[in-house]
Amino acid sequence: MSETETITPVEVLYCGVCTLPVEFCEFGKTFKKCKTWLSENHHDTYVKLYESQDGTKTTSSLSAEKEAKISEALAKMQLKEERKQERDLANLKNSKILIKRIQRTKHKHIIAVTNLEVFGVDMKKLAKTFAGKFATGASVSKNAEKKEEIVIQGDVGDEVEQYLLGLLAEKGLTNIKIEQVSEKKPKKKTT
Amino acid sequence: MFKKFSKEDIHTKSNLKSSVQRGLKTKFVDQYPKIESAISEIVPKKSNVSLYKCEGKIQLYILDEHVLFYQNFDELLPSLKLVHKYPSCFPKVQVDRGAIKFVLSGANVMCPGLTSPGAWLPEESIPAGTTVTIYAEGKEHALAVGKLAMSTDDIKSKNKGVGIELIHNLGDELWKFDNE
Repeated sequence: MSETETITPVEVLYCGVCTLPVEFCEFGKTFKKCKTWLSENHHDTYVKLYESQDGTKTTSSLSAEKEAKISEALAKMQLKEERKQERDLANLKNSKILIKRIQRTKHKHIIAVTNLEVFGVDMKKLAKTFAGKFATGASVSKNAEKKEEIVIQGDVGDEVEQYLLGLLAEKGLTNIKIEQVSEKKPKKKTT
Repeated sequence: MFKKFSKEDIHTKSNLKSSVQRGLKTKFVDQYPKIESAISEIVPKKSNVSLYKCEGKIQLYILDEHVLFYQNFDELLPSLKLVHKYPSCFPKVQVDRGAIKFVLSGANVMCPGLTSPGAWLPEESIPAGTTVTIYAEGKEHALAVGKLAMSTDDIKSKNKGVGIELIHNLGDELWKFDNE
């Protein structure tokens, strides 16, 4: 029979930011954030990894210039990623949701909600929630500007605004502007 | 192998019968004998292993929302999370620091990356076609899982061309899928 030396599993610390084992964070795109996370959450590992660096660096087999090249390339990639994230955040803060109230016939209106994509919401799911909440039809369609918008039947503009404010507050984005506009879309039927 | 993989690539999800589960465990232990003592911890008796059939003839075996192993046609391969937990059960090779960046983006490992100072290959030759776990110089945990394109002796002697074909690496689509 085999020798029953039960192997105990090794516990690995995975970074909370990039999900890789913490020693590989330096090769990822979010190195700075990874470092901050590590120093806040597991300070002793942080010290071991980053502060006693002279030990690890001298045992690398590559020449100094190759190491420098690698660190340069990584730093470039990380900077790019940082800038991209900053731009996305700025985009998020600047965009506002537009709620259009369009007249369908004399007494009937529809609500078109645009500019929701920036916020990372699932359009289809949201449309279904609207349909359930307001007990009317709701669907996702592409408008003239090739952007996706949610179209809801009925004059529910104010309720939509309230609901969206609540949804965004849950996600933590409380400074978003929601604008309400009225539009008249007369469709003349020619026979 | 997992460069393009997402939730939409999953065709079917099914639960495995316990008889099939037993067969799976035996198959896995056959391939990696050292894991025999730990297999009952990895796949406990009364657990429900699910099988996800995916695009490109890939099958994933999932337990408790984590990927245990996967197979392409016949061979069962461990997911990196499993390799991290039981590192001594799988054959090891090591690449030098310069190769880390490329392996992390899914590139195959070339022979010079395995024969340069800082890399390490085992003394006894491992035959071509074996699945090995790839470690990196200066790092404690496995970096990737790949298949030997040439035996380790050939790698040492020829030192040219692709040494290891990469199947799964840290941070690839399968890793991200597991972490959701």
